[in-house]
Amino acid sequence: MDITLPILILAIPIAMFLILGIGGVVMPRKVAGILGILGMGTCAVLAYTVAFTYFFSGAPEFISELGQRLQYQVFDVTWLAFTQSLVVKIGFLLDPISAMMLVVITTISFFVHLYSWGYMEHEPGFQRYYAFLNLFSFSMLGLVVATNIFQMYIFWELVGVSSYLLIGFFYKLPSAVSASKKAFIVTRFADLGFLIGILVLSYYTDTFNFQALTSNPELVMAECGGATFLGASVMTWAMVLIFMGGMGKSAMMPLHIWLPDAMEGPTPVSALIHAATMVVAGVYLVARMFPCYCQVPASMDFVGVVGAITAFYAAVVACCQVDIKRVLAFSTISQIAFMMVSLAVARDYVPVGEHWHAPGLGYMASMFHLFTHAMFKALLFLGAGCLIHAVHSNNYTAMGGLRKYMPITHWTFLIGCLAIAGIPPFSGFFSKDEMLAAMYQNSFFWGAWMSMVAGLTAFYMFRLYYLIFWWEENPHYEHHKPHDAPWQMSLPLIILALVSCVAGFIPFGEFVTYNGEPYHIHLEASVAITSVIIAVAAIALATWLYMKKNDRPAKMRAALPTLWEAAHRRFYWDEIYQFITHKIIFGIICQSIAWFDRHVIDATMDGFAKVTQKASFSIRGMQNGHIQAYVAWYFFGAIALAAFVWWCIL
Amino acid sequence: MDYSQFGTMLPELIVLGIFLVVFFMDTFGGEGVKKILTPCTAILFLLATVAIWLAPSASEGIFGGMYVNDTACKAMKCILNIGVFLVLLQSFKWADSEEMSVRKGEYYELLFATLFGMYLMISARHFLLFIIGLESASLPIAAMIAFDKYRYESHEAGIKYILTAVFSSAVLMMGLSFVYAFSMGSLYFSDLALAVAQGEMSGLLAIALAFVMAGIGFKLSLVPFHLWTADVYQGAPTPVTSYLSVISKGSAAFAFFIIFTQCFGQVYSDAWEWMLYALIILTITVGNLFALRQKNMKRFMAFSSVSQAGYIMLGVIAANALGLASLMFYIIVYVVSNLGAFAVIQTIEDNTGKLNMDDYNGLHKTNPWLSVAMTLAMFSLAGIPPFAGFFSKILIFTSVCSTNSMALYMLVLIALINTVISLYYYLCVVKAMWISNEEPIIGEFKSTCVAKIGLGLCIIGIVFFGLVSPIYEWLVNSVELSMWQPLALLGL
Repeated sequence: MDITLPILILAIPIAMFLILGIGGVVMPRKVAGILGILGMGTCAVLAYTVAFTYFFSGAPEFISELGQRLQYQVFDVTWLAFTQSLVVKIGFLLDPISAMMLVVITTISFFVHLYSWGYMEHEPGFQRYYAFLNLFSFSMLGLVVATNIFQMYIFWELVGVSSYLLIGFFYKLPSAVSASKKAFIVTRFADLGFLIGILVLSYYTDTFNFQALTSNPELVMAECGGATFLGASVMTWAMVLIFMGGMGKSAMMPLHIWLPDAMEGPTPVSALIHAATMVVAGVYLVARMFPCYCQVPASMDFVGVVGAITAFYAAVVACCQVDIKRVLAFSTISQIAFMMVSLAVARDYVPVGEHWHAPGLGYMASMFHLFTHAMFKALLFLGAGCLIHAVHSNNYTAMGGLRKYMPITHWTFLIGCLAIAGIPPFSGFFSKDEMLAAMYQNSFFWGAWMSMVAGLTAFYMFRLYYLIFWWEENPHYEHHKPHDAPWQMSLPLIILALVSCVAGFIPFGEFVTYNGEPYHIHLEASVAITSVIIAVAAIALATWLYMKKNDRPAKMRAALPTLWEAAHRRFYWDEIYQFITHKIIFGIICQSIAWFDRHVIDATMDGFAKVTQKASFSIRGMQNGHIQAYVAWYFFGAIALAAFVWWCIL
Repeated sequence: MDYSQFGTMLPELIVLGIFLVVFFMDTFGGEGVKKILTPCTAILFLLATVAIWLAPSASEGIFGGMYVNDTACKAMKCILNIGVFLVLLQSFKWADSEEMSVRKGEYYELLFATLFGMYLMISARHFLLFIIGLESASLPIAAMIAFDKYRYESHEAGIKYILTAVFSSAVLMMGLSFVYAFSMGSLYFSDLALAVAQGEMSGLLAIALAFVMAGIGFKLSLVPFHLWTADVYQGAPTPVTSYLSVISKGSAAFAFFIIFTQCFGQVYSDAWEWMLYALIILTITVGNLFALRQKNMKRFMAFSSVSQAGYIMLGVIAANALGLASLMFYIIVYVVSNLGAFAVIQTIEDNTGKLNMDDYNGLHKTNPWLSVAMTLAMFSLAGIPPFAGFFSKILIFTSVCSTNSMALYMLVLIALINTVISLYYYLCVVKAMWISNEEPIIGEFKSTCVAKIGLGLCIIGIVFFGLVSPIYEWLVNSVELSMWQPLALLGL
């Protein structure tokens, strides 16, 4: 394959970042906006071309004669060669998931660029905002096409930085600043584990390259040679630590605390970064390293358990939030955890049941859900952006009865809700059905647990929907009549809603499976029917509770005040962190370390500095300006050198 | 005699050609020709650099093996050329000034004569040719140093340089006479290598080694052969100082590596590894200790360059292909970083005549771009990532560590500790420019277009040389492609 297009896909966003970042100062808003949109549009077209070529051209480098899709490194150049083995390469890997991610990222990014033109119109720093968006797109694209884990790590950090910059975009708001710091610190802490994991893994396997790691995972295992650390094998440690990086980015418990706060950023940013692309990086990482994870069942169990707990926790918390973006944030956490569980249950290679079940059905389903979720969650966030734009508040208490005022937003938001709730024929139904099927195959427990989460999802999404669009009309509308957003904002909503209607019919298994062999998706009737019944029941409950203004929700809340308060406060995770960091770490541990630092380390350093200064002062006589002295030093220096060697030999 | 052999000497001939062109333009050209002499030289030299880069290299030696121009030598010459081109850009304003009007031709002639000598130093595989190169590289420099003939310090510096240079040449010659005796009457590197391999370590060889090391160490300003450095750097006109600090030093470092691995490779671990070991520790430490207390920017840069020479020598002590590649990379980075710093010093001196570090207080208020450039240069010299200096340091350290010797690990550790000390004084400059609250002493001024281009090229180098790997790979390839393999000779 020609390398022009892949290089351009990466080059356009970074070039745009530089142009808008440096030239933005002198650039009118309109020019910056149009440049950004056109740049990302071009990038999207190129990404589509590349993905299309990969999936449909049938070229021998992309697909084998037996119809198996292959991994293909378009290029892989050495960037830093420190030693023979420690070589950092930068490349472009095309395989089913990276091609799919190219499409997802550029699509959402393009719509967000377009949408932001309307949403951010009056904000100061408009040009800077577009520059950051491009930086993020570049980093995310670089992340998904990484040929080796080190490149992925570099872009992983770049993504973190651009997320930090965008969350803190309104840097005059203290809450935005602290949210951006929180996001950066928490994910950075997680990345520490990721880095250690990478180092451990590459130390034993002598390679960073994904193809080398995943094409023959048994060999990788063998190279670790059964080394153990604290009772677990080195490989387990490595995989769990690498997953820790994924937990940070994908907001898995207990590292989820940054994502709800990250909603302080501009809403389109939440749609792009904290719903569709960056937060699924953890899922993508596990999928990328899937064969390695399969080799270490313990690490896969870990992924599954973390995912299952997070999914349930986030779904419960989402039922009790007031801020509509936070509801969506917790919903995102829950859905991503869903994908994690789906990946975790896919490890069993043994076919179950009477049908031929592809091993790794969960893998395909997880990627499918990643795709559909990106579309409908971006739709929901952008819809939320329109609402916030209209009523100037994030809370549903300022909304209610908006369906008459904002019909486009209403209908598209409804489609998004139906998709995430898993109602056919919307896209979420198909992907969720495959995931649940994979879980039931693994064990009834997983299936039942995750069905419960799916039910909760339908409930809280429709609670949100009814509270925004039905319930009762907010009296404030008389002063300030809400209306639909301008076309730049409505158009992405409509297109994404259309995509959410039809995306479920994509024969996804033909394109993305764990080993590249096509898999024919067929609906598991029993699972499908059960999950639709659960979803409909949950929606019915939400309708009964929230469609018209009534006192039933208040009664429920009064009946279980502790539980409601706990869920509303997100089960006190922030307070726990606050206690651990401030009281225990800062208060007790750091105080003593600080004393040691001031009195021992600093004093030693001061001592060194003094000695250095003194030494510097004492040798000044050497440089006295007399050429005779210089020559003498020279000559005796040479003699001394000879004598030194002579003495050494003797 | 086969005159086609001269075809291999293309780089030298090209430099000689430029020398002649400048000479004729200067001597016989009218006023009009003299006016365009400065830009003409720069453009001609740029073309020459491209030509040298494109010219084929020959793996075989010519003139009976006295002269070799293989890929590694060619790469070294290209590195020097980059530096010389930047120096030419820097000297534009100075060379076009009133007092220089009648003498600027001479300046360029002297400069190209020394460059010619340095080329020979690199390509020589026979001590006679090497001495010719060395002398033609050092004598004209003395004239260049004393170029500001109405300024007292310039005189003094010239005298100091020539006297020390003569003395060091004498010591070197004496060392070579021992070498001559040792190799039974041959001055070919290859013969000497054979003799060293067969002979035994003796007092004669030890003295020969020490004297040769001192002779070349003089040009590199290794401690204790460095004492001329500060006075000369301070007294010389700034463009000459920058020339001296990078080009002269770079060529000497290359020659050092070639001679010691080619001729004395066999007694590496017996003798000169330890001599160099001691010299490196002394050089880095003493250079740093002196640099701490300097207030004059040119003296400061002098001691900084002394300590940098110690780091450069780390590539020699590694004594393998990786060492040579990282040495070359270190020098190319050192060229852009040091010349970046000197370009700022030069611009400020040209426009205001200020040379003290205290004069730089609050510079960012009046000249933000110059401050940024100086900061980048200081960061690069100190080795702060992600600038080129960091990568060159890490590569040279890895090359030393690749020898797997405990003693050399210790050396790297000492070098690292010294990096911390050097960080202090480099950051002093940065602090003066950015953090000092005093009112700026240096007023706002506009620098010339050429100075901006020169400085811009340095900044590009500082920012990108480390991040763009093909440069280092090119160096590794050119080392591996060259026929003389230090590894094979050393038997490592």
